[in-house]
Amino acid sequence: MSDLKAQIIEQLNLQEITPENIGNDQTLFSKDGLGLDSIDALELIVLLQQHYNIRIANPEEGPKIFHSVRSMAEYITANQTAKA
Amino acid sequence: MNSESAYITGSCIIRHNKVYGNGGLLWEAGQELELPEFLRAGYDRFSGQYPKFHKMDALSKLGWLAAEVLLKDTRVPLLPPEQVGMVLSNRSSSLDTDLRYYATVKDFASPALFVYTLPNIVMGEISIRHGFKGENTFFVSDAFDTALMSSYPAQLLAVTPLQACICGWVEVMEQQYEAALFLVENKPDGMARPLTAEALSSLYQTNK
Repeated sequence: MSDLKAQIIEQLNLQEITPENIGNDQTLFSKDGLGLDSIDALELIVLLQQHYNIRIANPEEGPKIFHSVRSMAEYITANQTAKA
Repeated sequence: MNSESAYITGSCIIRHNKVYGNGGLLWEAGQELELPEFLRAGYDRFSGQYPKFHKMDALSKLGWLAAEVLLKDTRVPLLPPEQVGMVLSNRSSSLDTDLRYYATVKDFASPALFVYTLPNIVMGEISIRHGFKGENTFFVSDAFDTALMSSYPAQLLAVTPLQACICGWVEVMEQQYEAALFLVENKPDGMARPLTAEALSSLYQTNK
């Protein structure tokens, strides 16, 4: 999950945040979490395509997938396993 | 058209890696710094604590930074949000960012770049930062049009609820950049001088 946090920081240009600042279960889009916005959500979708070749087929899954770094990691693992 | 009840009450000029406030040199960064590094250093010097800055394109960063300097220690934050407007201009519109965005399209089009492919976004970023909700307009012209940038804000101050208006020039194209923002108000304050094209031109040419 450390690599994924680093990728998120780079993709979203979060220059004042380090991977250590992001909790595995910290919410990504709430104000008391990482406080990401709708453009960040689009960038996370690009990140999944660029780094993991994963396309989100059902947009309604977005809030569940991007709830936290852990939920993203679980989604990536499940989808990479499914492709293998 | 210039109103006798419109005054230039502050200025911020950023060029040649130097920041001037009300005509005086406030800060000079190393000339070796390229624009992204200069803007980051300026953010650290004059603001900080606003992580969204890092997501902006260069045009928005430059205008945002100039507004930070311009509005420091003014009465503007105390005004009703609907009574602060903005009239900005430049030569290259958002072309610098348009080209960067276009370069991403053949691979993965960048949503973060796409949202900055309009020049008026810089006014949105300044408005979000300070909570402004007044009228705003962005013009594109070959050079800083002091006649327009004096007459239009003066008219806004005269016929709309605006009490203050940020006007000026915010230009970025590759490593070439320049910001010249002026605070104009309907009451004299600070370095107040009547808002005229000649006064704007004189301030703009200072330290050029």
